[in-house]
Amino acid sequence: MTATNKAGTAKPPLLETRELMIKFGGVTAANNVSMQIEAGRNLAIIGPNGAGKTTFLNICTGWIKPRSGKVFLEGEDITPLPPRKIVRRGVARAFQIPQLFTEHTALENLLISAAAREGLRNPLQNLHNIRQRDEMMHLLDLVHCTDVADRVVVELSEGQRKLIDIAVALALKPRLLLMDEPTSGVASSQKHEVMEILVGALAEAGVTSVFVEHDMGIVARHADEVAVWNAGNVQLRGTPQEILEHPDVIRDVIGEEVA
Amino acid sequence: MSEISQHSTPRRAAKSGGMPSLRALLTLLAVLLLAAVPFIAPSMQLLINLALAKGIAVLGVTVLLRAGQVSFGHALFFGISAYAGAFLMASLPGADLILVLVAGVLGAALSGLLVGLFVVRYRGIFFGMLNLAFSMIFWSILEKFYHVTGGADGIRLPRPTVLGMVLERSGFEAVIFYLSIALMVLLGWLTLRWFVSPVGQIFQSLKTNETRLEYLGLSPKRVLLSGYLLSAVLCGVGGSLMAMTQGVVTPEYVWWVRSAEMVFIAVLGGAGSVRGAFIGALIYEIVRVYASAFAGDIWQMLLGGFLLVIILFAPKGIMGIADGLIHRGGKRRATTAEEAR
Repeated sequence: MTATNKAGTAKPPLLETRELMIKFGGVTAANNVSMQIEAGRNLAIIGPNGAGKTTFLNICTGWIKPRSGKVFLEGEDITPLPPRKIVRRGVARAFQIPQLFTEHTALENLLISAAAREGLRNPLQNLHNIRQRDEMMHLLDLVHCTDVADRVVVELSEGQRKLIDIAVALALKPRLLLMDEPTSGVASSQKHEVMEILVGALAEAGVTSVFVEHDMGIVARHADEVAVWNAGNVQLRGTPQEILEHPDVIRDVIGEEVA
Repeated sequence: MSEISQHSTPRRAAKSGGMPSLRALLTLLAVLLLAAVPFIAPSMQLLINLALAKGIAVLGVTVLLRAGQVSFGHALFFGISAYAGAFLMASLPGADLILVLVAGVLGAALSGLLVGLFVVRYRGIFFGMLNLAFSMIFWSILEKFYHVTGGADGIRLPRPTVLGMVLERSGFEAVIFYLSIALMVLLGWLTLRWFVSPVGQIFQSLKTNETRLEYLGLSPKRVLLSGYLLSAVLCGVGGSLMAMTQGVVTPEYVWWVRSAEMVFIAVLGGAGSVRGAFIGALIYEIVRVYASAFAGDIWQMLLGGFLLVIILFAPKGIMGIADGLIHRGGKRRATTAEEAR
């Protein structure tokens, strides 16, 4: 699996976990999870509720520390680092429940993200006048939220907040974007369109993505690869076609009637 | 004044036309009126000067309120600054007013950094009470180390020189009065600019989502510390002006009632409002002095009742009422940045 660069030396995977273990009470949320995520791919994580999918994202971003095991970002051990230091190394996160600054407008949320990325410290500069404003408007356009740019996010629909949450993460110009159910709350009629745009933007910016998803239609159409989570570990991994036609997946994840 | 308000929804922007200039005009008139006090109402000069000093300190509390944190111990920095000035004057008789001010602010900034490094790990009631604890520790030091601090009697702060000149009492009072007005305008303007700057907006986002801040690559503790330092410096400026105006510093400067008074004034003026800090301080001082003169021992009850009415019927304080009058007829909701004014 390990890629090789031009010099012929082995290039470590973008993200790698080795034997991650964590328990919450009696529940094993990560049970010896070892996996590699190669750059340039869109990996979907599917699985039943409580299988440990979100826990995996939390461990990879430093929010939860594993009882044992390690996380590597391009070969660097990031396990002990707090989320902010992992973010600064190019890993961004969008959440299942959008994590936004609820008293700020949609545009201001993105501008704050850009200001954090650029380390803007001038106390006399207006946030709205920063050089990155056009870039942030473009991001809002990308997630179809230009019309709500100046509205306080608490007034927006759940779907709009999710999209802005993703845009806030993208504003950091990450190398790796971890998303938890990116289209939940988005109108069914818009889900594919939004994912189309999102995947296109990720490809254009060279961003690798990992997204937890329950909508198999989205997985089938927009993922390059699928990992099936069960009881705190990766049960199967393969192309969307291989995975979604696998009898175990149909039985345990998709449900036979739906299939 | 702020671009942020201009980028509110089109609906809002349409209804806000001309409003900032009206607000700026009213502010200018208020400042001019204050500047005229020594001529039109000289008996009010000292009272107004004390209110301005308190107002600058309240501005420090206001900064923290913008991040959703309430400190019940910020009189600590008010007092440290005042005592730093008094000690300086004791060891360097005839020191300049600017030197006293700088020493006070440096003392407040240094202590703000030391206390801040500890308290920024806490939020809500723990943050508020830890600040109170630090202020009370300093208060007890001032009370008990009589030979150094003068105990409950405090230390006299002789009149400093002004740019090398020894002034008579009235001349010095005029200098302090206009310096207070100038600092009110300068620090009020700087704080407003800071509120709408990237760093100020990041600071205020502590109030709504620290998780996202962490996931933007920022340390919420460090972000809070930056605002905490600013608030300590502002309290320090207020304390130094108060000490030079009164000519004596006592442990009462850091007594918990002084800290509570700052929070009281901030809420009265409009929690998080820069102008509200000064308007609140002016109204508080005027009510306090006249109510205590005419209503004897029940003036605290009057103030308490007044605050109760404000909280129940005008939770955005006096500035909220003023904004309501300015916007009368409009149903526009103010943005975060506008509320700061």
